Formats: sequence, structure tokens, C-alpha cells
Amino acid sequence: MERVPILKIGDTLLVSIQIDMEDQVALQLQEDLAERIVATGCGGVIIDISALDIVDSFVGRTLATIASVSRVLDAETLVVGMRPAVAITLVELGLSLPGIRTALNVELGMEMLARDHGDSEPDDTAMQDGDDAAVSAP
Amino acid sequence: MTSPTTDRIAVSSDQDVVRVRQLVRTVAVSVRLSLVDQTKLVTAASELARNTLVYGGGGTVEVSRVENGRRAGIRIVFADQGPGIADVDLALTDGYTTGNGLGLGLSGARRLVDEFAIDTGVGQGTSITVTKWCR
Repeated sequence: MERVPILKIGDTLLVSIQIDMEDQVALQLQEDLAERIVATGCGGVIIDISALDIVDSFVGRTLATIASVSRVLDAETLVVGMRPAVAITLVELGLSLPGIRTALNVELGMEMLARDHGDSEPDDTAMQDGDDAAVSAP
Repeated sequence: MTSPTTDRIAVSSDQDVVRVRQLVRTVAVSVRLSLVDQTKLVTAASELARNTLVYGGGGTVEVSRVENGRRAGIRIVFADQGPGIADVDLALTDGYTTGNGLGLGLSGARRLVDEFAIDTGVGQGTSITVTKWCR
């Protein structure tokens, strides 16, 4: 059985799903991630689904479970890169993924996690101010 | 008229559900369904093929190209010899499940296709036929 690799980047675990997963592969990913969160103490998980051309109810439920489990383990999960057609289909299917935070891509996801974390860290807050200034400049 | 191309996949494992998705995608592209319609149909096929496996104990999936004069489309038949569905209306209710799923497979799949027909009875297996037409 194939296995989805989990990469550690700083305080974040990054998963990029590149294959059409069998149900067992999705369940294995759920277990592997929980173990890696505990083993590494990472505070964030980013799951990139930009390569997935569909998300059915099984994968949707697996993503929701991963988000809940990681929250219990003190880590925040972001699902990033969902294709527009996948989003339309998921909502019509009846699955709006409540409780799952999303971002448009990995880069924005990393920024979002850094911002979450940055609230309590003066260094990051300073950088944040810099970013805001740059954005609001004409 | 139905064109002669019908592909058939026996569904008896997770891997076969993946094969069904891939076949439906290939045919959906060949009849030129829009990207959103391809995505909806492949998603519906994934739900129904999983039902065939999990609730029907395995079965077959047949994918055909169809035409109704003006439009091309795809018809997929999911058949199993499982226990059948006692109460179809209940089974088609959002959130109802006898397994440990979300109860969105059958009801959600129906919303994602243009035509949906179900033929089932206790002890008679289940056959579900769905069709998606090009716009």
C-alpha cells in the first residue's frame, strides 16, 4: 500500500497528497499524522490537496477527523489548495467541512499559521506590522 | 442510441473504487463534460462504488457513453447482489447511515447527477443507474 509522506518544516508538518488515495491510504495518513504531531510537538499541520481532482465524503470526513484529532493534540490543521470544481462539488454533496480551516495555497497557509503563533511572540508581531505597512502603501 | 462502448469493472476492493473513478474520469473527458460536471460525476461515482463495495459486498460497475439526439452523456450502472435496501426514501435522506459513514453518499450522489434511478428490494440486491448529460 502506498503511503503519503509527511514533511516537517520548522513548527509545521506539511502533507501534499499527490495520489488518488484508496480509503486505507487515507486512514493510514490519519494515524501517521497523529503520531508525528506527538513525536515532533509541531503546532501546525498543512494538508495540500491541490493535486486532488475530487474529494468525496470519505476523504472529506478523513480531513475533518484529522483536524479534530490534531486540535486535541494541540496542533492547528489547515487544508490548502482546493480546486474550484472540488469546492463546488463538495458543497453540493452536502459537505461544507465545518471546523476545517482553509487557505488558498501552501504559502498563505504557512503565513496564517505563523500569524496564529505570532500573537504571543514579539518578534513576529514586529514583522507583522511591517507587512501591514507594505500592504497599505499605495 | 447507446454507443457500443461499455466498460465494466468488478468492484471487490478499495483499489477497484479508485479504478472506477479513473475510468469515469476518462470517459467524462472523452464526451467533453465540463470540468465541474466531470468533478461532480467522478465524485458521485466514487460514493456509489464505495456503497457497492461496503453495503453490497462488492459487485460491478458499467460505464457507457449515451446520446439522446442532441446531447452526449455518460450512464453508469452500479449493481450488487447484497442485502438490498428496505426503505429507499430513508436511505436517500441526508445524514442517514447504517454504516459508520456520514450518510451523504447516496443522497449526495443523487444531487450531483442529472438522472438517478434505484432498483432494490430486501434480498434482491441493489442496482443504481445514474446519467450525466453535456450542457
